[in-house]
Parts: sequence; C-alpha cells; structure tokens
Amino acid sequence: MFGAQGYAQALMLNVAGEVFAIDARQVREILDPVPVTRVPGAKPYFASVLNVRGKVIQLADLRLRFGLPPATITQDSRFIVLEIEIEGDPTTIGIVADKVFEVAELDPATLQKTPPVGMHWRPEFIAGIAKWRDEFIVLPDMAKILNAQGN
Amino acid sequence: MSENTDPADIFRTEAAELLEQLETALLDLERAPADSNLINQAFRALHTIKGSGAMFGFEQVAAFTHEFESAFDRVRKGETAPDPELIAIALNAKDFIRELIEKPEEASAVIGMCILTDLRKLTQAPQAGAALAAVGPEAAAPAPPTSELQHWRIGVRFHKDVLINGSNPLLLLDELRALGDCNVTVDCRDLPDLAALEPAVCYFTWNVELTTTHPQSAIEEVFVFVLDEMELKIEAGTAPATEGRPAVATQEPAGEPPAADAAIKRGGKEAATIRVPAERLDEMMDRVGELVIAQARLSQLAGAGASTNGVAEEIERLTSSLRDAMMGIRMLPIGSLFGRFRRLVHDISRDLKKEIELVAEGEETELDKTMVERLADPLIHVIRNAADHGLEQPEARIAAGKPAVGRIRLVARHAGAEVLIAVSDDGRGLDAKRIRAKAEEQGLIAPGAPMSEQQLYQLIFHPGFSTASVVSALSGRGVGMDVVRRTIDGLRGSIDIASEAGKGTTITLRLPLTLAIIEGLLVRVGDARYVAPLTSVEECVELPPVVGAGSRGRSFLNIRGELVPFLRLREMFGESGEPDPHQKVVIVSHNDARVGLVVDQILGGHQTVIKSLSKFHADVASFSGATILGDGAVALILDVPQLIAAAQKREAHVNSGKSEAA
Repeated sequence: MFGAQGYAQALMLNVAGEVFAIDARQVREILDPVPVTRVPGAKPYFASVLNVRGKVIQLADLRLRFGLPPATITQDSRFIVLEIEIEGDPTTIGIVADKVFEVAELDPATLQKTPPVGMHWRPEFIAGIAKWRDEFIVLPDMAKILNAQGN
Repeated sequence: MSENTDPADIFRTEAAELLEQLETALLDLERAPADSNLINQAFRALHTIKGSGAMFGFEQVAAFTHEFESAFDRVRKGETAPDPELIAIALNAKDFIRELIEKPEEASAVIGMCILTDLRKLTQAPQAGAALAAVGPEAAAPAPPTSELQHWRIGVRFHKDVLINGSNPLLLLDELRALGDCNVTVDCRDLPDLAALEPAVCYFTWNVELTTTHPQSAIEEVFVFVLDEMELKIEAGTAPATEGRPAVATQEPAGEPPAADAAIKRGGKEAATIRVPAERLDEMMDRVGELVIAQARLSQLAGAGASTNGVAEEIERLTSSLRDAMMGIRMLPIGSLFGRFRRLVHDISRDLKKEIELVAEGEETELDKTMVERLADPLIHVIRNAADHGLEQPEARIAAGKPAVGRIRLVARHAGAEVLIAVSDDGRGLDAKRIRAKAEEQGLIAPGAPMSEQQLYQLIFHPGFSTASVVSALSGRGVGMDVVRRTIDGLRGSIDIASEAGKGTTITLRLPLTLAIIEGLLVRVGDARYVAPLTSVEECVELPPVVGAGSRGRSFLNIRGELVPFLRLREMFGESGEPDPHQKVVIVSHNDARVGLVVDQILGGHQTVIKSLSKFHADVASFSGATILGDGAVALILDVPQLIAAAQKREAHVNSGKSEAA
C-alpha cells in the first residue's frame, strides 16, 4: 500500500479505540451518518446497505469483522466510502469510523512489519504499522478485511 | 459522443449486420437454391461489405470479399447452382471475412486462399488463382505468369470532391499495383498556389502503366465505387520489355495499420453500440422536450412560491413515459439471436450426419439488450444438446415411425412479466431411469431416493453430469448444461423441463422481462420497507385475526377455498418489536405456486429502479436487488421465487412431520 514512492497520504481514523491509516487514494468520500437499511440474512459485518448518490453500496462494520460489539453511531461517527479492488473487481464500499482525524503524510521510514503478538486484530488483516504523532498506528489491509467470503 | 466514434467501428457494426444478412441468405439458399431474390440479397451484402471495407481502409476485407463476390457472381448469373457444398464454403468464407474484420492480425492469408480456391473450383471461375494477391501481403510478391501479359495505360482523374466523399485514391492505386507490374506517375499540373490550396480537394491526376495478366474488367473493378466521381481512361498497349524495368516498389497495404490499431483499441470487447429505431428516439426526444418545459414551469412556480402540485404530476407522467421509452430502446427482438442458431444447427447437422430442421417462432419477442447477449451461450448449449442427445439418427427415426428429418423448435413468447424461451426437439426424450442410474453411479443422489421426474430431469444441469456414453465433439462432457443453469440463475430466471419418452424434450427458460426497472408494491415490515415486484403480486388481504394470533403450526390461509401457505416476514427477517395490530398478507405467485407474505403495512405502488446487490450479499437468497426510495433510503426487493421455494420447503416439512394442516 505504501510503496516505494516515498510519503503516502493517509486518512487517519479511529475504530474501536484503535487508530487506523487508510490510503487516501482509496477514499472516495466521507459522509455524515445517514439511515441505513439492514439486509436480513446477510453476514453481520456486511449487514447494511446505504444510498450514496444513487448507488446502493455496502456498509461494513469493521468492529464486527474484528469480533467486537457493533458500532454505535455517535456525533463523531462518519461513513467512509472507499473504492478498493477486491478479488480483482473495483468495489465501492462504506465503512463506519468512530472518528475521523485528518489526512496525514506518513513517513515510510517509520513503517514496520506487524509484530506477531501484542495485537488484538487478526494479523492477516494488517498490512503494517506506522508511526504518526509519536503513536503506533495500524495500516489495515482493506482488500483482505473486506473480502466477500468473509473468512 | 458521436463525434468521437471511430469510423472503423461504424464499419464493424455495419459489417456485422451485413454478414448476418449474408449468412441468413446463404442458409435460406440451401433450402431454395433457385430463389434469385436470396442470391441477390447475398450478393448485395457482399458488395456493400466490399465497398465500405475499402472506404474505411479494410483493404484485406475488401480484397477478399471482392474475390468472394466474383466467384459468387457466377451463381448470380445462373452459371453455377448453389449446392450445399458451395454454401458450406461460402459460409466459411463469410466467417473468414468476419475474422478479417474483427481480428485482422489473426486471420491467416493462407486460409483465405484455400477458401477462395475452393470457391473458384466450385464455381469454375475463369481467372484461376491470380487475383488473390491482395488478400495477404506475402501473396502479392510473386509475379503473375508471363504468358498473357498485357500492357495497359490508365489515366485516372478524380473529381475535386472525391476526398470529401471519403474515397482514398492512394488505396485505389495500391489496388492497381496489386494487379501486376505497375508504374504510377502523378501529374500535379492542376495544383494551385499554396494560398489558393484547398486541403480537402484532390488536384492530382495519375497516369498508370500497368502490365498484368488480368483483363480490363479487373482494372475497372478497382474503381467501381468511384466511377461516378472520376474520369477513367484505359488504353491497351503493347507489352514493353518488362524484364528490364525494375519492379516498382509497391507500397504494401496502407490500410492495414489503422485497422490493426483499431482492433487493439477495441481490446476484443463486444461493440457497445445498439441500433435503435428512429421513431423510438423521436418519441424520447419529445418526452425530453416536454420535461424541459415542465422543469422551466416548475422553476417559475417555485420562484413565485406557488403550488407545484400540477407540475409535479406532469413531471411524474413524463418521467414514467420517458422511462418506458428508454426501456423500449434497450429492448431487442430475440430474433437477432435466433439467426445465429440457424448456422449452428446447419453445422451440427453436417457434423452429426443428422438432418435437422430448425423452426423459430416468436422472433419478434423483445428482451432487454443485456439479456439477449447473455442468452446466446446457454441457448447454444441447449440446442446442441437437443441435436446431439435428443434427436436420433435418421435410421432410428424412421424405425420409430418418425420423419427422418429431426425438428428443433425454438419458441419465444411473453408470459406476464416473464419471457419464455422454449427449445423442443422431437427426439427420444429424456430417460428418467437412465438419469437416475447415472446419478446414483456418480453419487449425486442416494440409491433409491424418492425423486420426482422433474427433480431427476434437473440433474442434467448438474456440473459434470452426462448420460452420454460417448463424448463427442459437440457434447457429452457434462459442461454445457451447467453453463446454462448458471447463466439462467444469474439472470434470475428458471428452467423447466418436460419430456415424453419417444416424443421429445422441451426445455423452457423463464426469464424476467427486464433487468432495469419494474413496478413494485412497497410494503413495511417492522421499521424496514421492502418492494415486491407488482407482476408477481396477485392480491392483498388482511390476515384473519384468528390465524394471526393462532398457533405457530398453522401457516395456511383460506383464499376463496384454496389453501395458501404464508410466511411471516417479521420472523423471517428477524424484526424485533411488536407487530402491527392489523397484519396484511400480500399473495404473490410464481410458476403457478402461491404464497402469502405477512407484512405490517402496505404502502402502495412504487416505480422501482433495480440496483443490484453487491457480491457481499451473494449468499442472501431472499432479495433480488435493492432500490432507492423517494426519501433516499434503500429498500430491498423481495425475490418471490426464492420466498416461494422457502415456503414450499416449510410446507413439505410440515406435511411430512404431521398432517394436521386442514
């Protein structure tokens, strides 16, 4: 994700108390929460859809994906619309963030591999760890997290 | 957008249609060899392909088609009869033209030559083999035989506007060069001063000295499409000592690079254009015009703070008629698809040595464009299957007291909100016992498992399942029918099979009419709203309080004396909270099966623009899509066939458990 081209711009957001950095090139828009429609029978973390400018898109709840209780919508919550390639198809998908901070430049020099222990996220979901404001933040591998099989 | 259209693409679209016409004519000709109308039809198609091919720089196409045309000309003149062998080769030649147009880099000149040689042999064309030159650049190199060399002096002067009309003199001169040893000199006498020069005007005159074995007619042929726009003088001269003169370096086909470029640009994708009857476009234009006026009125009223009810109604009416017009544009008659199958059956019939007649009905039945395209593959498999497995060999047919010629009927018709496409053969029929034996052998079903015939028949769509003991080139591997089912499932259709031993099999594909917009009935279940396709809704009734409050075991309604099972959508969709006091039941039907859907409230009709659900929801069976409501919220569209299947499963469960349902 943060390749050899030097600094990468990333959207910093908070999900369940953890700070994430999402490649800014994948972010289409950031929306205030709107009412969503539940899809009965769908996997819990993909359980709702919403209307984004006339398109019906999927809303994924990362908390459920990570085995945490579902997100509660607060004043700070935002829906982040991403466009990522999932299993070869460019896919538009929304995720719920508890808070959005800013778009920051990440220094690739601070980039580290995922430590094998000490994380409560599943290791295969994490592309790496970077440093931002003297804090360690997670770079999630969104394509893996959001794969349709959900395994 | 149209300004950016690549002219080569226009040619491709046009040529595809012409080739289809040609194929139809050739196939019809097989049955009616004496029909001069058909011959002329084929000839016209060839001629137009040749003409526009040259015009758009498809040199090879033009050259090949030219040869094809001259061979076919003998048929037109009645010198050769179009026998099946000739038609088979003509069909090959047609395929080759398509290849030259679509994938010029893959088309082999050698194949082209073989086809032409065969064609000539059959039509006994006099100018044996020489004019091939232009088909492939490599074929152009060897000099023609010297025996009948004739020297020609040709003066070529085009009218000034020849370039504006789309002809390219250089290509024509190249065509001349292909005929033989050629010396072209250009006369620039008429070229004006730079200030007066019109770049789009052709000022040149050419003098050509040509030494060739071809007759004068071949030279005239080169200019046949521009004769109106030029002066052509052809004089025969004595052959000079050609040996001494160095052959003029012929510029190899100038038309090739653009054609190849375009092919790369297209990237092998289907041409994404669609031909629309002009009247439908006019109708749409009218509606759009009215809509613009209504919009202006709306702005005015909104500005003045007046009531907008009237305009809102008008806009509603316009939108719906605009929608209908738009849908009409997306509709294609399925006949465009059926045409291809005639060729398929023709080829199969030859390969299998079975005589097969294909009868198509309902070709005018219209279907959504996307659907027509996606149906091609599955139908090919079904037809192949019918021809290969369904129909018997002629001897067996006669022994069974049937006509030797097998018949495959292809019928399309509308039925409610569905289109039915039935492929029936009058062959041996499906052998349920054999299917069962094979399925048990392959472990698909438990030995002796109780199954209805319909269920057994459906096994033929199972991947890898085939009762054919011999794998032929056509079928028997058990792949094709699996493709059929997957495609039809993907289009949210279903497949019915009917079969009678010794009489034949009918496979019916049922497809929804459109993939884009439907009329829906909006209902509320708990806090969520859902859309039921209006075409499958039969009626709405109130849930009788007795049943509503009653035991869980009973889930049947008495609708005018008939038992209709019902599903409580609240339970099914896991809605929490108290149900509304007066629950409603929406009775929906599909394929003669009915089921009631219990909802909290019926909100009314809704124009439903279908949005597909993402692949994340591929596992959710109850919904066929989603739509966006007036307030911007998303409502899911109920998948009636799936819900009915769910109800039937439950019904079967209840019935087998205890027979208490009254």
